[in-house]
Amino acid sequence: MADSGGPEAAQLSSNDPKGELGDVIPEEARSLLRKMEISVAEAEKRTGKNAVNMLETYTVYLIETRRVDSSAENQNFSPDSLWRRYSEFELLRNYLLVTYPFVIVPPLPEKRAEFVWHKLSADNMDPDFVERRRIGLENFLLRVASHPILSNDKIFYDFLTEENGWKEEVMETGFQPKLFILADSRLKALNATFRVKNPDKRFTELKHYSDELQSVTSQLLRVRARVADRLYGVYKVHGNYGRVFSEWSAIEREMGDGLQSAGHHMDAYAASIDDILEEEENYADQLKEYLFYAEALKAVCRKHELLQYELETAAQDLMSKKQQREELASGTVRTFSLKGMTSKLFGQETPEQREAKMRVLEEQIQEGEELLQEKKTECDEYVRNAWSDMERFTVQKDRDLREAMISYAVMQISMCKKGIQVWTNAKECFSKM
Amino acid sequence: MKIPVDTVMYGFDECHSFVSAANQCTCASSVLLAKYVANSPYFSMCFDDAWITAGQFLPHSLGFRCLLHRTFQQYSFPLTTSLQAPACMAFIHSYQDLSLPNGTPAGTSSPGSSSSLLNRLQLDDDLDGETHDLFVSVDDPKKHVSTMETYITYRVTTKTSRTEFDLPEYSLRRRYQDFDWLRNKLEESQPTHLIPPLPEKFVMKGVVDRFSEEFVETRRKALDKFLKRVADHPVLSFNENFNVFLTAKDLNSYKKQGLTLLTKMGESVKYVTGGYKLRARPLEFAAMGDYLDIFTQKLGTIDRIAQRIIKEESEYLVELREYSPVYSSWAGCEGELQKPLEGVSSCVSSSSSALEELTEDMSEDFLPVLREYVLYIESMKNVLKKRDQVQAEYEAKLEAVVLRKDEKSGVPADVEKCQDRVECFNADLKADWDRWQNNKRQDFRQLLTGMADRNIQYYEKCLAAWESIIPLLQEKPDIKSETD
Repeated sequence: MADSGGPEAAQLSSNDPKGELGDVIPEEARSLLRKMEISVAEAEKRTGKNAVNMLETYTVYLIETRRVDSSAENQNFSPDSLWRRYSEFELLRNYLLVTYPFVIVPPLPEKRAEFVWHKLSADNMDPDFVERRRIGLENFLLRVASHPILSNDKIFYDFLTEENGWKEEVMETGFQPKLFILADSRLKALNATFRVKNPDKRFTELKHYSDELQSVTSQLLRVRARVADRLYGVYKVHGNYGRVFSEWSAIEREMGDGLQSAGHHMDAYAASIDDILEEEENYADQLKEYLFYAEALKAVCRKHELLQYELETAAQDLMSKKQQREELASGTVRTFSLKGMTSKLFGQETPEQREAKMRVLEEQIQEGEELLQEKKTECDEYVRNAWSDMERFTVQKDRDLREAMISYAVMQISMCKKGIQVWTNAKECFSKM
Repeated sequence: MKIPVDTVMYGFDECHSFVSAANQCTCASSVLLAKYVANSPYFSMCFDDAWITAGQFLPHSLGFRCLLHRTFQQYSFPLTTSLQAPACMAFIHSYQDLSLPNGTPAGTSSPGSSSSLLNRLQLDDDLDGETHDLFVSVDDPKKHVSTMETYITYRVTTKTSRTEFDLPEYSLRRRYQDFDWLRNKLEESQPTHLIPPLPEKFVMKGVVDRFSEEFVETRRKALDKFLKRVADHPVLSFNENFNVFLTAKDLNSYKKQGLTLLTKMGESVKYVTGGYKLRARPLEFAAMGDYLDIFTQKLGTIDRIAQRIIKEESEYLVELREYSPVYSSWAGCEGELQKPLEGVSSCVSSSSSALEELTEDMSEDFLPVLREYVLYIESMKNVLKKRDQVQAEYEAKLEAVVLRKDEKSGVPADVEKCQDRVECFNADLKADWDRWQNNKRQDFRQLLTGMADRNIQYYEKCLAAWESIIPLLQEKPDIKSETD
């Protein structure tokens, strides 16, 4: 039941600064957000001893949650809160990656500032960077909390609510070794690409798309940063007019006033670029999110390839075992098989030996059939789940990026209008010279 | 005293009597100062608070033309005005009516007079009543290729009702060399005046293409401005060389003649240069010099800033040109987002084009004017220096006389001549200075307003592009119902 009105939707939108969740909640989503408000309210610097007993400075983020009951009277007004640092978010995400490999897991904001243009700081401790990261972390939590599958995870819930003991809890799930396997699977997948005989066309296309998305968004971010840098230069140089007009006006009689006021407008023009570009960073952050999403997409494709590969391998193994059984039953010996060689060297087997072998083979074939069936089911289920999440993702992506472009266009329009205003004011001053 | 229409006035006596007559005019507290410089067609007079400067008797003219200098007001007597002093005064007081002293409205003067052209006054900033009877323009550049050289000529068109010109219209072709010759001649023959500058003579071959459309057009505009400024100048526009420049079919043979009509008029225009050092520049002219120094500085700074802006904008343009195609290639791998991304790509392209136009316009129209003024100021400073020398000569000669302690009464004629020269120069310079200030104000108002306009147009173009894609971006895609 879509709640387009009502208290939950209102809270959702208040939790959703970028308006990324849209107006309609997917019907199937029994998302956590319906029951709970989540926000990353603050950021603070802490100093402490790290694992190697050295003093380090790091930032912690305050996660606030508030239960939302359908009945308004039981509203709990003071939120629960706990502090987490970035590395804990990373742990959570890695756990989710391992546990739900078919899900396109929302990305975290970048660890280190990249695609910076010269005015932007690359320092992790820089307040602007910290602020943008805070927003990014909140966004991450909201995305997870609104995902139909991820939002029901207990570890995620505990991340939001249990300050102490969460780390141990997540470690106990044993996800970390699997994480290594996941990383290792990357290598395997590289090999798998060449060996999968019947690749699923849809996944091949998806992988191709994810590569393209990654390449194009990273290129866009790089060029955009350069564009911002140049634009900054253009605006700032105009500030020099302010000073020289002021100096010039000192030696003029009638022209003085006009020049002086025009100079002030030039100063205002030069100063206006700072806010303009700060706002544009939000657009860059939205693009970055999808750059990282592309990576998550790739991971899902890789996992599928691996499963496919394992399936094909299992099928192949089974087939060869069956073939061996055939040979054993019919007594035919392929001249160049090992059996052929051994029998030549060591003589024919006894019927008892043959029977024993047959039994072993039958067992193996039985196991093989089961394994194949397992793999098949696993693969099918994976494909089903992954594809469903892919569709959800596509809808989200199209909506989000469309919104991002609209807001970018709005920013450009606002910048143009400001430009027209300033130059019109300056023109008036000039005409009074 | 009535001056016959066709008489050429040169005599001191005539002027003297005119002055005495003017002395009897009814204006209270009129201060009359009449000096006539021997062999010079110039004289200065002062009526009341109206300072008539650089009056010039013109050969074969119908009277005299003078400037009424009052702050920025400059004015010309219609040529048929009789020179009776009361008539002059009445005319001065009624100049706002633009009518003749005898009551007839200005438009009904004799056909040869300048006032008939008042009706054809173009509505430009020059609405202070200055008579416009000489219109010039420079256009239609063409390349000439000969075995010796390749060069550009410009069509110079003249339309006039002045009787100094044999025909009412002229159209002939001139090249930069000719303009340069003209300017040198003007500087030579009118050393007390500020001669407008020409565009730069020397162009670095290999760096700038002398035959490119932009360069030729920039130069043409500057030459047009130069000629118009000369034509608008009440004294320079009557210069013989200017006349020849506008009318002579074969300018080169004229140049070779070496003799100019001006030498007939008088050699006094050749002022003694050098040899005399001025002790102190009078406050007024010192102020001019200071102003010019500071102004040059500021112009230089503005030029550098403008160049820097163009450079930054060009680099911004380079990045924009890389930016737009990325959106296009992204569109290529998207489904629903294809149209929106293409839309953004085209907006960025539109912004690029608009920016390119802006930088080109600024390069072509803004920078040259600044440079022109720097050249103008250089030549003005030289004129100031010449003035100093003339004054120095006078003061030196005067001192010599004083030191001689002659009992002879009065000051010798040549010292008086020097004094006249100084006063003439000062008067001319002051008039031209005010004129220059006025023109400068208009020029810069126009220049800076133009700059603002171009930036506004640039932003308006970008705004239009971005606003046009908002509906495209907001278009909800068709929701197709899929049956699996």
